[in-house]
Amino acid sequence: MFILLGMPIVQIIIFGFALTNEVKNAKIAVLDNSKDEASLSLISQIDASRYFELEKNLHSYTEIETEFRRGKIKLALVIPQHFAEDIQHLHKTQVQLIADASDPNVANTLTNYAASVIMDYQKRITNDKKLPYTIDTELRMLYNPQLKGAYNFVPGVMAMVLLLVCTMMTAITIVKEKEMGTMEVMLVSPMKPQMIVLAKAVPYLVLSAVNIASILLLSVFVLEVPINGSLVLLVFESILFTLVSLSLGLLISSGAESQQTAMFISLIALFLPTIMLSGFMFPIENMPLPLRVISNIVPAKWYYSIVKSVMIKGTGLYVIWKETLILFGMMIFFLTLAIKKFKIRLA
Amino acid sequence: MSAVIVENIIKTYGAKKNVVTALNDISFEVKKGELFGIIGPDGAGKTSLFRILTTLLIADKGKAAVDGFDVVKDYKEIRKRVGYMPGKFSLYQDLSVEENLEFFATIFNTSIEQNYDLIKDIYRQIEPFKKRKAGKLSGGMKQKLALSCALIHRPSVLFLDEPTTGVDAVSRKEFWEMLKKLKEQGITILVSTPYMDEAGLCDEVALIQTGKILSINTPQGIIKDFKKPLWAVKSSDMLRLLNEMQALDDVEDIYPFGEYHHVLLKKEYGREQLVQWIRNYSHEDAVVQKVEPDIEDCFISLMKN
Repeated sequence: MFILLGMPIVQIIIFGFALTNEVKNAKIAVLDNSKDEASLSLISQIDASRYFELEKNLHSYTEIETEFRRGKIKLALVIPQHFAEDIQHLHKTQVQLIADASDPNVANTLTNYAASVIMDYQKRITNDKKLPYTIDTELRMLYNPQLKGAYNFVPGVMAMVLLLVCTMMTAITIVKEKEMGTMEVMLVSPMKPQMIVLAKAVPYLVLSAVNIASILLLSVFVLEVPINGSLVLLVFESILFTLVSLSLGLLISSGAESQQTAMFISLIALFLPTIMLSGFMFPIENMPLPLRVISNIVPAKWYYSIVKSVMIKGTGLYVIWKETLILFGMMIFFLTLAIKKFKIRLA
Repeated sequence: MSAVIVENIIKTYGAKKNVVTALNDISFEVKKGELFGIIGPDGAGKTSLFRILTTLLIADKGKAAVDGFDVVKDYKEIRKRVGYMPGKFSLYQDLSVEENLEFFATIFNTSIEQNYDLIKDIYRQIEPFKKRKAGKLSGGMKQKLALSCALIHRPSVLFLDEPTTGVDAVSRKEFWEMLKKLKEQGITILVSTPYMDEAGLCDEVALIQTGKILSINTPQGIIKDFKKPLWAVKSSDMLRLLNEMQALDDVEDIYPFGEYHHVLLKKEYGREQLVQWIRNYSHEDAVVQKVEPDIEDCFISLMKN
């Protein structure tokens, strides 16, 4: 009853305030090759805009690539040499905007914002001149030049499918044994409780492996999303995430007494947060602080960022070790809790 | 040594406000190789008792031991050596008869061949259907399969929770014959049932009601303890007879029993006296007989006190 009445309120609040596609305070890096009055003024104008936050001043072109791989910045602005001179004498210059297009929507929004800020700046300096200054912006979409949506949803779908298969199905099958009474007979046997739990989890691990394979094959050959990073690493991370989901499923099953309860908990406590708080549908950066904090306990958030890094950006373990470690910790935590909470008796 | 010892077991369910006492200070012993019946109506606490003995529940108070092992401390040992058949059919419905048996043999670290002689008589009856899914079996066949699975590891004590509930009369009879044969193999059997007529088939029975044991005795002993005179009466208007006699002071109890009413009187009456008495109520065709009590009469009288 509480859920029926409370759900719409919570959802309206979350969707209304927290989950917007609008991007605020996006981290931006600047490679300023001219370092003159005009370029500094442009940079400060960008920094002043509420959409951007200057993260770093870069010194070379190669640094841009590294920063993007680390996932620190969403957009980079490259200002050419002799920026001020070109404006003064040629009345014409060019800047380059490089966006992280592994999330095409965000990339699109950000480049539009940046272009309009530059446009503003151009208008301001042209104001009292007869001959208009023009600043051309050249766009470069990194990782996903065609701005394909698939680059974004393949990692998201992977997280969702694995979570759904592993968590929900494991929880439901164990609870089903309780409902059918087979658990009762099984307990009065020399089988160790840990064995029962693990034996229930193994089939779903295998099933998930097949799912991972089929999603990857489809995305590479049908959707033409490349695997830029190491396949071995990607598979390893996926198995890690599968184990986290399995442990969660086992944990749910030890608390739930009926299949409906198990399904309900899996859906409310896992599926919705995965959709809303993993960064797959709505960028986490723009959420209010409480939601950003909550998003940290959603395993799918970490897995989603890992898959994006490995598959789309082609990074290695050195960038995603933190996320990997967090997932690993979650797995140990949930698994120990699940085995500890597993009832060796009926009550 | 006794196969099962129960000492002052108390089990309650629920929180502070609405506590349900399932077992209220129960004690009894079952000797090795005995067929021990626990008879009582639904909700008497039979299943709770079985779950405590099979280590599935922990009693609030009291001690219990199965085969010399404590049900709380040595639960692992007990789980290795008892067979348990819950009241609800609890096998894998989507596995075939054969697969179920193999599965249970495997989890008890044994094989069908090893103990085939023990289950042979039972399993042979369902063997023609061994490829059929367990969920598609009839009630009687399900019970036979469940019993086979509970026996596959040659348990020393067998717990059967209401094995004959919902089973037809012929299958019930067969089932009890199987139990007798198992007893000959030296297996101690505890069986619970709500059917009082099955009590006579046990070596010893405990009558249990609302968590208390009313009596523990051999079936013969229980009948012997029944000291009051018992009469069977019959007339053409049975319902009026029942109501009228219930109102009489000298009638301790009257209840329908087959085609007669059984009447328990507070004082000794002669047959003629009783016939006269009933005829006064214009039951001209009344038949009155003195009868020997059977086990059901004993239970009914025990339960009413």
